[in-house]
Amino acid sequence: MKKNVWVNIGFQAGALVLALLITTLILAAAGAPPLKAYGSILNGAFGSSNNIVAVLITWAPLLLTTVGVLITFSAGLWNIGVEGQMTLGAIFATWMLRMLQDTNLPPALIIILGILWGMVGGALWASLAGALKTFGGVNEIFGGLGLNFVSTALTIYLVFGPWKRPGVGSMSGTQPFNEALWLPTLGTGLSPWGLGLSILAVILVYLLLRGTYFGLRLKAVGKNMKASYLLGIPTWQYSMFAFLLCGALAGLAGAIQVESVYHRLLPNISNGYGFLGLLVAMLINYQAIWVIPIALFFAALNVGSVQLQIVYKMDSSFAGVLQDLLVLLVLLGQGVRERFLGKA
Amino acid sequence: MNRHNLLKVMGLLMIFTMVLAACGTPTAAPTQAPEQTEAPAATEAATEAAVTEAPAEPFTFGILLVGAHNDQGWSQAHYDAGQYVEQNIPGSKMLYLENVYSGSPSYPGQTASQLAEQLVSQGAKMIIFNSDDMKDEALKFAQAHPDIYVLGPSMDWTWKDGKNYQESPNQIDIMGRMEYGKMMAGCAAALTTKTGQIGYLGPLINDETRRLASSAYLGAKYCWTNILGKNAADLKFKVTWIGFWFNIPGVTSDPSQVADDFFNSGYDVVLSGIDTTEALVEAKKMHDAGKDTFAVAYDSPGNCDVAPDVCLGVPYFNWGPSYVATIKSAMDGTWKEGFQWNAPDWADINNKDTSAVGFAKGQGLSADASANLDKFIAELAGGLNLWTGPISLQDGTVYIADGAVATDQEIWYLPQLLEGMEGQSVSQ
Repeated sequence: MKKNVWVNIGFQAGALVLALLITTLILAAAGAPPLKAYGSILNGAFGSSNNIVAVLITWAPLLLTTVGVLITFSAGLWNIGVEGQMTLGAIFATWMLRMLQDTNLPPALIIILGILWGMVGGALWASLAGALKTFGGVNEIFGGLGLNFVSTALTIYLVFGPWKRPGVGSMSGTQPFNEALWLPTLGTGLSPWGLGLSILAVILVYLLLRGTYFGLRLKAVGKNMKASYLLGIPTWQYSMFAFLLCGALAGLAGAIQVESVYHRLLPNISNGYGFLGLLVAMLINYQAIWVIPIALFFAALNVGSVQLQIVYKMDSSFAGVLQDLLVLLVLLGQGVRERFLGKA
Repeated sequence: MNRHNLLKVMGLLMIFTMVLAACGTPTAAPTQAPEQTEAPAATEAATEAAVTEAPAEPFTFGILLVGAHNDQGWSQAHYDAGQYVEQNIPGSKMLYLENVYSGSPSYPGQTASQLAEQLVSQGAKMIIFNSDDMKDEALKFAQAHPDIYVLGPSMDWTWKDGKNYQESPNQIDIMGRMEYGKMMAGCAAALTTKTGQIGYLGPLINDETRRLASSAYLGAKYCWTNILGKNAADLKFKVTWIGFWFNIPGVTSDPSQVADDFFNSGYDVVLSGIDTTEALVEAKKMHDAGKDTFAVAYDSPGNCDVAPDVCLGVPYFNWGPSYVATIKSAMDGTWKEGFQWNAPDWADINNKDTSAVGFAKGQGLSADASANLDKFIAELAGGLNLWTGPISLQDGTVYIADGAVATDQEIWYLPQLLEGMEGQSVSQ
C-alpha cells in the first residue's frame, strides 16, 4: 500500500517533468528563452496585486466547475454538458436581474435571487442531460454536447433579440446592469463573495464525497451500477442527483460571471471553464483535495501567459496547449502504470 | 466494457478539441499572411539612428487589438500606426495584445481593463483600446488610472457635445471621418455595378456602422444619379449584418456566406464593412469561376492585396499622425482631453503624414470609373456635402430637412439606415 502511493507519485512527477520538458522545447522553438519565459508567466500571474486579482477571478469559476464534475465523475458520468450548465446559470441570473432591476427590492436581495436562480438554471439544464441518459438511453457525452450547442444558440438569440442593447445588434452582449446590482468587488474586480462561495463549494463537495454515506453510495454507483442496484441503492436517482448538484455548481459559476465579472450576458460567457474543469478533475485523478492548488495553477497559467504574448509575441493559445499537454501526459502515465504495475 | 472505454476516449478527445478550439484564434488572418507594413528597411535604419542620437525619455504605449495584428483590416491599421509612432517618436515602444473582445477564448474570464493592467506592468504609460467592444472597459480603466493615458478610437466618451459625455481627463477619443471614405467606396461601387445591385457586408449594428453604411449609400446614389445619370430608383443597396466586427464561428453569421449570398443573388459589388477580408476573398472566388464580381475593401491601405483584380479600392484609416500627436502631447505635458473627429487632408487624402482617412484605388477599377471617382473626390474636397437634406430615414421620417446640413451629432448618432436602403436598422 505504502509502496503503491510512492509509485503513484513517481508516475505523476514523471509526467510533470516530461510536460515541463516538452513545454521548454516548445518555448525554445518559438524563440522565447525558456527560463525567462517561465519567469514572465510567474510575473504575469503574481507580479502585482492586479495580476493576483486576475488569477483569483478566474480561479473561482474553475473551482466550481471542477468540483461539479467531480460529483458526476464519482457517479461514473462524463458530464460534458457542464459548459452549457454554466451558460444557463448565466442566462437565469441575467433573467432574474432583468426582471427585478426596476423594482424597489433591495439590490442585495436581487443579487442573491439572481445567484439562486442561476443555480436553478444550471441544475435544470443538467437534469435534461440526466433525463436523456436515464430515460432516453442517450449517453451523457452526446446529450451534454448537444445541450451545449443549444445553450449557445439560446444565448445568441437573447443577446441579439429580446435582451439586446437599445439600438445595437452586437455580440458584445446585453445592456450592462446598474452598478447597484454588481457583486461588490475588491481591487480590479475580485468578488470576495464569488470566491468565498467557490471555496465553500470545494469544502462541501470534499466532505460530501469523502465523509458521507451519500458520497460512498454515489461512488458505488459510479464503480458498478449493476452491483449497486442489486445491493439496494436507488441507482438512477443517484445519477440524477449527481447531475443536479453539478448543474447547480456550474450555474453558480455562470451567475458569478454575470454578477461580478461581465455585469451582462454575452455569448461564450462560460469561456471554456467547464471543459477546463473536466481536465483539472482528470489531472488530479478525481481527488477533491487537490482541486484547490491545481485549479489555482491552471488559473495562474492562463493569466500569466498573457505576458508571453506581450514580451515574446507568442500566440495567446500557449496556456491551453500547456494545459492539454499536462493532462495528456498524466493520463498517459496512469495508463502506463496500470499496464505494467496493475491498478493502484 | 470495451464500449464504455471507447466512449471515454471519445469524450476525452472531444474535450481536447473543444479546449483547443476555444484556444484557437478565430480571427487568424485569412488567405495571405505576408505582413505588409509600409516600413522599408531604410526607414527602420533611419529610426534606429534617430534612437541612438536622441535617447529621449522612453515612452511605452500598449494597444489592445480587437482582432489579429495582421488581419489586413481594422486591427492592422492600428498596429501599423503603432509602428509609425515608433518610427516618428524616438524612444517610443509599442506593446500589444490581440484578439481582445468580450468573451474572447484567448483570455478566459479576463476583461480588457485587466489586460490593460498587464500592459501597464510592462511599462505602458498609455493604453489604446482599439474597439467599440471595449468602450465600457476603456472608461472604467481611465477613471481607475488617472496616471495612465487612455486613447479610445471610435469612442465618444470625451465628446462634450455628444450624447455620452463623461469626465475623463486622461482620455482622448479619436475617430477618422470615414464617412468620406465610405462615400468614395459607394461611388466606386455604383460606377462599377452592372446589375445596379450593391451589397454591404455589415459588422454589428450601432451608431457607427449605421452611419458608415449610410454614407456609402449616399456616395453610391450620388455617383449613380449625378455622374452616370441613372435613376435613383434603379439602384439597389442592401445591408446584411453579421453581428460582430469579424467572424466568430458559431456566434456571428459567416461573412463568407453572406458575401456569397450577395453574389449569388444578383449583387455584383460587395462593400466590406467588417474588419477582415472575406468580401474580397469571395469576390475573387466568384470572379475566378467566371462571374463579374467586385468588392470594396475597408480599414487598412494594403487590404486590396488580398485579391487585387477584383478590388475596386479601399477606404482606410490612417491613425499614425493622430497617434503621434497624442503621444507627443502626453510626453511634453500639452495633453488635452477630448474628442477628435479627423477629416481627410483634402490636399492629398493619401498623405500618410497628414490625412486621417484615405482611399487607395484597386486594380479592379476601370480607367473610366477611376477618372469619374477622381472627379467625385475633387468635388468632396471642394466642399460637396452629401449629408445635406432632404434625407429621410428608412421608416420614411424626414431626418434632415430640405437644404439643411446635418450636424456632427446627427451624423454620429444616426438612428436608422436611410430611405432607399434595404436591411435592418436595429437588430430584430
